[in-house]
Amino acid sequence: MPHDHESHLSSSGHPYRKDQDKPLTYWQNMEISVREILIQKGIVSNLEIHQTIDDMDNRSPANGAKVVARAWTDQNYKKRLLENASDASKELGFDIGALKLIALENTETIHNVIVCTLCSCYPRNLLGLPPDWYKQRSYRSRIVKFPRKVLKEFGLHLSDDISIRVHDSTADMRYIVLPLRPKGTEKLSVEKLEALVTRDSMIGVGLPKSI
Amino acid sequence: MTVKIKSLFPPGHVRTPSYLRGKVGEIERELGYFHNPEQLAYDLPAQKIKLYRVRFTMSEIWGEEVECASDTIDAEIYEHWIEKD
Amino acid sequence: MVYFVFRYFEIILKSFIANWPITSYQLGMTSDRNKDLKVRWHDMGGKTADPIQLTEHDFELWEKRVDALMVLSSSKGYFTVDGLRRVLEDMGEEAYKEMAYYERWIASINQNLIESGAYNIQELGEKMAEVAKRGETYGDCSIEIVEQ
Repeated sequence: MPHDHESHLSSSGHPYRKDQDKPLTYWQNMEISVREILIQKGIVSNLEIHQTIDDMDNRSPANGAKVVARAWTDQNYKKRLLENASDASKELGFDIGALKLIALENTETIHNVIVCTLCSCYPRNLLGLPPDWYKQRSYRSRIVKFPRKVLKEFGLHLSDDISIRVHDSTADMRYIVLPLRPKGTEKLSVEKLEALVTRDSMIGVGLPKSI
Repeated sequence: MTVKIKSLFPPGHVRTPSYLRGKVGEIERELGYFHNPEQLAYDLPAQKIKLYRVRFTMSEIWGEEVECASDTIDAEIYEHWIEKD
Repeated sequence: MVYFVFRYFEIILKSFIANWPITSYQLGMTSDRNKDLKVRWHDMGGKTADPIQLTEHDFELWEKRVDALMVLSSSKGYFTVDGLRRVLEDMGEEAYKEMAYYERWIASINQNLIESGAYNIQELGEKMAEVAKRGETYGDCSIEIVEQ
């Protein structure tokens, strides 16, 4: 069934950019060519490609927010999440696949932040595709040496009585930060709590929204 | 348990960041066995190697330049990059 | 007098050595991670860099297709994410600076697929020539293949 990408929204809620009317680049040609050769050889199918892109579009920080809000409201779930985050996120319908997820709990005295200094490993199943800055040298080089300075560039100022734990995704683990629940949110529903959880708070470069 | 990362600098696809080589850290947890990326990257049969999360203090890695002595870095290190006594 | 001549040459020689990357590395005189030849370009932890640029971009259709090709061809066993990374690393720092993220990815995916024998270089060359003939833009050149 043909899939009309012209009307399809990207995961940020914006329509796909009108790349369709710029001159074809060598690399775009390569993408078209590789895709068509693989389809012609029966290695992949159009349907699989559409499905994979749909799955990608359906993955967004809203997934991670559900996991976080559940952990905030259900102490047993939180315990399971901290013991085995892969299984705990699967409980909510989010499958991390062959990789292993580790949830990092922020406390009053510990703040966690994740990076991949060697490339751009990221918990895509829970957060969607990584933002550009996460893949760039500015972040990858400096967050492991000057985390406080880098976090200030994101608008996050942490006092000296909070220790920072930086996590470098060098192998098969993927990480998600479990941010501190904002104060005064005891009466909020799970859905309202989910809306407070930002992508940046689950990477560790920001905090959840406050009410 | 305290471990020291090997101070080797080969070329090629290696997943132990160079800023950690020769540094001393504590095993934070064992992660199980995973196929060696140094072999997978070249489409070679890959052994399963034990993987650890190792925690290093900022001062151990960077010396005096650190912002805050209690800050740490955790990284996943394969067993063959850990020095045997 | 001889002492001062000797000192003069000593200073010149030391300055020469300190500014010659290979020799200074061999003598252990540099610990600058930016210039250390032992440290590959992609191994970025602790290197100096500019402040963060917080702008982000929405992914274009062709970029998502590249990502999908990676997910599918690796799940079907043609290569692994480790192979993807290895080729990206071997493409070098210039590629990182000059090419967009998904441009490097399609280059690496292609390299890996050729190495695994999914198709050959001639097939790719002919297909790329055919695609280029279809028109000017990505929209002109990207057609949905009707599968049999």
